[in-house]
Amino acid sequence: MLYLAYKNLISKPLNAFLSVSLLLLSISLAIFVLQVRDQLNEHLENNCKPFDMVVGAKGSPLQLVLSSLLHIDNPTGNISLEEALKIGKNPMVKEMIPVSYGDNYKGNRILGTSNEYLTKYNAVLQEGELHKKSFEVVLGNAVAKKTNLLIGDTFASAHGLAENELETHDEQPFTVTGILKPTGTIIDHLIITNLESIWEVHEHKDTHDHHEEEEEEELREITSMLIKFRNPLGALQMSRFINEKTTMQAALPKFEIERLMRFLGIGFRTINGIAMAILLVGGLSIFINLIKTVKERKQELALLRTYGANTFQLIKLVFLEALFLSLLGAVLGWFLGRISIWFFSSITNNIYGYFFAFNFPNNKELIILVLVILITLLAAILASLSLFKLNVSKTISDA
Amino acid sequence: MIRTDSLQFTYRDTENHNFRFPDINLPSKEDILILGPSGVGKTTLLHLLAGLLPPKEGSISISNTYLNKLTRKQLDDFRGRHIGLIFQRTCFIKSLTLLENLTIRERLSGKKNDRYRKEELIIHLGLSDLQDKRVYQLSEGQQQRLSIALGVIHKPKVILADEPTSNLDDTNCEKVISLLKKEAQICKSNLVIITHDQRVKSHFDNHIIL
Repeated sequence: MLYLAYKNLISKPLNAFLSVSLLLLSISLAIFVLQVRDQLNEHLENNCKPFDMVVGAKGSPLQLVLSSLLHIDNPTGNISLEEALKIGKNPMVKEMIPVSYGDNYKGNRILGTSNEYLTKYNAVLQEGELHKKSFEVVLGNAVAKKTNLLIGDTFASAHGLAENELETHDEQPFTVTGILKPTGTIIDHLIITNLESIWEVHEHKDTHDHHEEEEEEELREITSMLIKFRNPLGALQMSRFINEKTTMQAALPKFEIERLMRFLGIGFRTINGIAMAILLVGGLSIFINLIKTVKERKQELALLRTYGANTFQLIKLVFLEALFLSLLGAVLGWFLGRISIWFFSSITNNIYGYFFAFNFPNNKELIILVLVILITLLAAILASLSLFKLNVSKTISDA
Repeated sequence: MIRTDSLQFTYRDTENHNFRFPDINLPSKEDILILGPSGVGKTTLLHLLAGLLPPKEGSISISNTYLNKLTRKQLDDFRGRHIGLIFQRTCFIKSLTLLENLTIRERLSGKKNDRYRKEELIIHLGLSDLQDKRVYQLSEGQQQRLSIALGVIHKPKVILADEPTSNLDDTNCEKVISLLKKEAQICKSNLVIITHDQRVKSHFDNHIIL
């Protein structure tokens, strides 16, 4: 029976191909969206988890979170270190980590921060040692792989956050002292140094470029301050205070990420809707395919009855055909979904440092697959209804 | 062994034509020819014997099994196991090869895969070297012989042939009849042939005229 179902299918390869490709397309689309959303969410949460609040220059809070925590966007501006440190006097603040950046090496951001930053992300050294002096750096694992820099190597940073060869700080090269183990967080894509290095690079630059003479050397500036509270409620109170009473702004990563996911959610839902529509068409196509098969092969099915097959065996035959189609569509669709994730990942990994893993099927995906199979089985039931009324004698004589 | 008793059949959808059939009483291994012009219900009788149609009145027993006492599923099983049908117009499963058609017939009769039986039959019917051909690639004569093979592969108790010779010339007609008789002998079956073809008459001792 299985063999016959298979043979019947490949005797009409175009019909089977159409049904399978529709299923495949819808499943891969749905799975792609599901994976991107889940993994993106996980990434964002992992990267934001260590901190409750980001304090930076006024501007868009989402931009502040994106730039300071996720290192995607440009910073909103600089704030004075002195002013930022005042926040730390509040007893609700548990930890405070300043970050400062503005340079890159081959598109990888150089982040000036304190060593606590590394411990917050559980980053440990793979080889070498931590930076001790200015102009010493440790590399995130992905950066080390991408740039092929080794311990002891030196490089010159480029001004700004975008890759460019024009404005390099040649006079102050950085030295690699260590490489971090992969963490699965944004650290993998950063070059970490101390705050002073960033300041010194730019002081140096300022003496060259006399346009920015008004810059006061005494006033140390940082890009933002990452804060962890003793109690999550503190974040709410403090952010209100900072936003109202100071020239700085406070952003709560959790809220901002939720907001971002809500924006993206509309897009995800739209794509999901399209996937569902294609899935329905796929189911319909299988249904029509099966009805056509049953009609065209009425005589063969009647013949099988004269061979001693009962009605349920015929229905089984139709079911098997449907199952073949849906399983093929489901498995191929799943793989296509994964492959597109992989392609997508290689793009995002280069641009944003976001990597999407090749996961095994999770529960939600299994639900999609089960749904698909149920739809096709439903189609098979509907298509095989006419088999109950099959008049074998008449069908055979009319041959 | 076939026995029928005061069989009647009525088609509901047409002009309520009522068929009454003479009683048949055929001991095992014997052949019978049912003759009659078109439209007297020859095929209907054959389908009644095969359990494809339920009689309106009367009873059919094949090897002491009363067909009207079987459930639908039992009837399907019984048909698969004990009855071999050979149709007027050949019909096969087009997506399968010759050998696969034989295999599925064998499987549905509940028999185990018997290579020897299939090979023997293929040689007997002159279908060697065609096993892996699709059925539509066969010539009409080859299809006719495959149709016979499908009717006898599972060694049924009763072989029912519907106009097996109507489209054949005299030589092929002779061949087909002798093949059918020979296979019926090998299978130890009753051979029931219905036909309007008078050429066949001389080959059979038992006749029923409808």
